[in-house]
Amino acid sequence: MTFFEKFTLIFTNAKYLDSMLTGLRMTFAISVGAAALGLVLGTIVALVGLASSKNPLIKLPKFICAVYVTVVRGTPMALQLFIMAFVVFAIRGFPLVVTAIIAFGINSGAYVSENIRGGILSVDIGQTEAGRSLGLTAGMTMWYIVIPQAIKNVIPSIGNELIALIKETSIVSMIGMYDLTAAAKNVGSGQNLANYLAPMTVAALFYLAIVYLLTFIIKKIEGRLRESDRR
Amino acid sequence: MIDVKHLTKAFGKHVVLDDISEHIYPGEKVVVIGPSGSGKSTFLRCLNLLEEPTKGTITFQGQEITDPKADINAIRRQMGMVFQHFNLFPNMTIRKNITLAPVQTKLMKQEEADETATALLKRVDLLDKADSYPAQLSGGQKQRIAIVRALAMRPKVMLFDEPTSALDPEMVGEVLDVMKELADEGMTMVVVTHEMGFAREVGSRILFMAGGHILEQNEPHAFFANPKEERTKEFLSKVL
Repeated sequence: MTFFEKFTLIFTNAKYLDSMLTGLRMTFAISVGAAALGLVLGTIVALVGLASSKNPLIKLPKFICAVYVTVVRGTPMALQLFIMAFVVFAIRGFPLVVTAIIAFGINSGAYVSENIRGGILSVDIGQTEAGRSLGLTAGMTMWYIVIPQAIKNVIPSIGNELIALIKETSIVSMIGMYDLTAAAKNVGSGQNLANYLAPMTVAALFYLAIVYLLTFIIKKIEGRLRESDRR
Repeated sequence: MIDVKHLTKAFGKHVVLDDISEHIYPGEKVVVIGPSGSGKSTFLRCLNLLEEPTKGTITFQGQEITDPKADINAIRRQMGMVFQHFNLFPNMTIRKNITLAPVQTKLMKQEEADETATALLKRVDLLDKADSYPAQLSGGQKQRIAIVRALAMRPKVMLFDEPTSALDPEMVGEVLDVMKELADEGMTMVVVTHEMGFAREVGSRILFMAGGHILEQNEPHAFFANPKEERTKEFLSKVL
């Protein structure tokens, strides 16, 4: 069989195709779940980190958030995944997909929080002063004035983080999960095919397609948000 | 109306305002002048607590605003502020810039705020810009909108922080005209500026600041005709 025949076989053979699609669905599930968790977590951590430290009640949460970002960014993703799978959620019957979503979500949240923090700090302090001088509360000023402007600055780096996240999920086979990368390996070792190049190429194309789609969506959102900048 | 007692502001070891006491009466147009770094902007920004005083008290209409328990947001709603760099909200239309605060602070319903915005925009001759974004306006137009935005909260006093310093010379006049009109209507105003013509014409009292102190003050005619302090004479000889 030529490479092209093997490549086509993955799409025509029901067993192979099913295998690849099962993996793709898992990659998709982990990515979407972790991205959602990461965005929520990252936003909360960024806002806590930027809150005025005058209030003594905020000191402990601020400290916890700082430790979280430092530890998560300072240790390898694979290690964090192992700790979640073999220590924290080492419970019989606990769904691995949830473990993976939590592990990747917590990891992504640390990076997202730094992106959001940077985005908020990049908004001119005069905007906050103008809001506060009109009698708006700190929360209203943040919500109506600063965050809408920060989002514009943050979208490109958030997009970057989501792309990195999708590709990073390819290490979940290390805890025995069947994602797109694991599927490619599995299909490649099948007796009829006995070839890794074709399934790996298919997997690569799937990853590329997801990332390309995501990039497209991000560009669209960016364009929409920049409308007010136009003269 | 605003009573300042022993106001001191230091950034680290650097003392910007050194034990200032001053009183601003209703209807006054106090113009603060002085060399850069003299503390005049900091003084103004302390009046609505954008800058937190290191020491001293500020009382606005009988309420001590430097008291940690004071509702600073409620107080700021009665004190309008105009900035050197306009600080319009670039992501909102002009109308939204004006109506956001009155609506969010529940001072007005949206309809009433819209009517107020329309009336104010007509007044500064910018009604046609209601649905534009700040990026589409000239500097002078932006500053007139910034004044109108502050007025929409129906403040009792207006603070101006070098409102014409960031403008092209040809646009200074249109902003000063709006301020003059406001002064004629009896608004209490505190204006930090380098526009000596405006100070002379509109001010009811001039404060000259240098080195964190109010060195000298007088009504404008006497102030410009007979400055007493050496430092004042030196400053005026450079700017007039």
